[in-house]
Amino acid sequence: MARHAVNINIEHKRFAAEAAPLFSDFRLAVRPGEVVALIGPSGVGKTTLLRLIGGVDTDYTGEILIDGQRADLAPPPGFVFQDARLLPWFDSVDNLCRLVAHVDAGRAEDLISRVGLGPYAHAYPRQMSGGMQRRLGLARALAANSRLLLLDEPFVSLDSVLVGELQSLFRSVIAEEKPTVILVSHDPQDAARLADRVVLLGRRPVRIVAELVFDLPRDARGPLDVVRLAERIAETSQEAVT
Amino acid sequence: MRLSVLEWLSLPLLVVIWHILAIAMSSRFLPTPLAVASEITELAISGNLLADFAKTLTRASIGFVVAMAVGLALGLVLGRLRPVDRLFGPWVVVGLNLPAIVVAIACYIWLGLTEFALILAVVINKVPLVTTTIREGVRSLAPEFDELADAFRLSTGHRLRVIYVPQLIPFVLAAARTGISLIWKIVLVFEVLGSDGGVGFRVSVFFQFFDIKGVLAYTIVFILVVVAIEYLVLRPLESRFLRWRDTP
Repeated sequence: MARHAVNINIEHKRFAAEAAPLFSDFRLAVRPGEVVALIGPSGVGKTTLLRLIGGVDTDYTGEILIDGQRADLAPPPGFVFQDARLLPWFDSVDNLCRLVAHVDAGRAEDLISRVGLGPYAHAYPRQMSGGMQRRLGLARALAANSRLLLLDEPFVSLDSVLVGELQSLFRSVIAEEKPTVILVSHDPQDAARLADRVVLLGRRPVRIVAELVFDLPRDARGPLDVVRLAERIAETSQEAVT
Repeated sequence: MRLSVLEWLSLPLLVVIWHILAIAMSSRFLPTPLAVASEITELAISGNLLADFAKTLTRASIGFVVAMAVGLALGLVLGRLRPVDRLFGPWVVVGLNLPAIVVAIACYIWLGLTEFALILAVVINKVPLVTTTIREGVRSLAPEFDELADAFRLSTGHRLRVIYVPQLIPFVLAAARTGISLIWKIVLVFEVLGSDGGVGFRVSVFFQFFDIKGVLAYTIVFILVVVAIEYLVLRPLESRFLRWRDTP
């Protein structure tokens, strides 16, 4: 299966209750297999942008194409939400195979083991910790489509140990599956660990204020490199604002 | 199904208290549990007990099924469509506060002392309660799961099965539970008011003869039937559908 190219061209997007448009002539292209981090302050419109790319919100003018196909008509992406958003009435296996088309129990169990939750294949979400629930959310996203992953603040409100674990998991998934990834975050550290390219977003209408491309391969980045890259993101962001 | 020791002791304790009270009082006012038990056996063998219960159970079952189906449909519509709820919501409030006895009398006057009138009166009394419960269930559907369904491109049928029905099941079970207890009571009252048999009718006959033993015999069997429905039908259903909520 080919990895996905994403071409975003939002001419206009406005929420009914607000006078000013949220997006106006916003353009962004993501290459197949690229890991792009969208960084910006809270409330800038990052999650809305991800919802538009995921085909969840179709109330806009313009077009968002995934391999030339309209986003809402394209196959479902692997969507990781801010909260784990698991269905509490299904166990782990059913959260994958009852929700995602063409995933049988065997494949679901494989994916659940892959995110380190093998013993919890038949546990309900409420029997798992927050970090485990997030992992299951990732397994579900991989079940849906491991070639286009949309990650909406996947590390928010987790402690640093869990963030480290989850980021290692994402790195191994990216190394093995080489998916196209669009990661939304407000934390430069997340981008420094995972992204090939960082797109800094500015406020209304949402615009790209700066872009950074990292030459150092993801797997070669040590803790000091991550700190240095995160500082570079923060500095660029400051410069763009001032 | 596991019951705690206290739950097992609950009803026997009630019988013991009854027995002590019966010994303290005259048997004309309160016969002992044993006397009532032998009365039950006698009424079941030579009386109309089984036929009366069959009649009442049939009426209650038909009324229950129809009221649940109608209430479920109305609750879904009112919960989903705001303008319809605005227009018909006050009707539901009127329905909730309509005295059951008035509905029964009106149905008997308009339709005669028929089975249809009795069951219709039961349904009219029960539907507003089911409607209200289901409407609340629909209103409390979590919007974040809609977004999840959109992201995974679920079809309407698929969405219904995995997102909506599981969220509504606790409300349907709550409506069923309150519905059964309400229907039991009103069916009996309506049978007293006008019918040719059934538990309510027979109890009113016992009343005319001040036969407290007969009244208690029917009451005990009635309670046994209700408890059987609770433990053999409702609780297994709840544990089957709400297992995810109760698993430690």
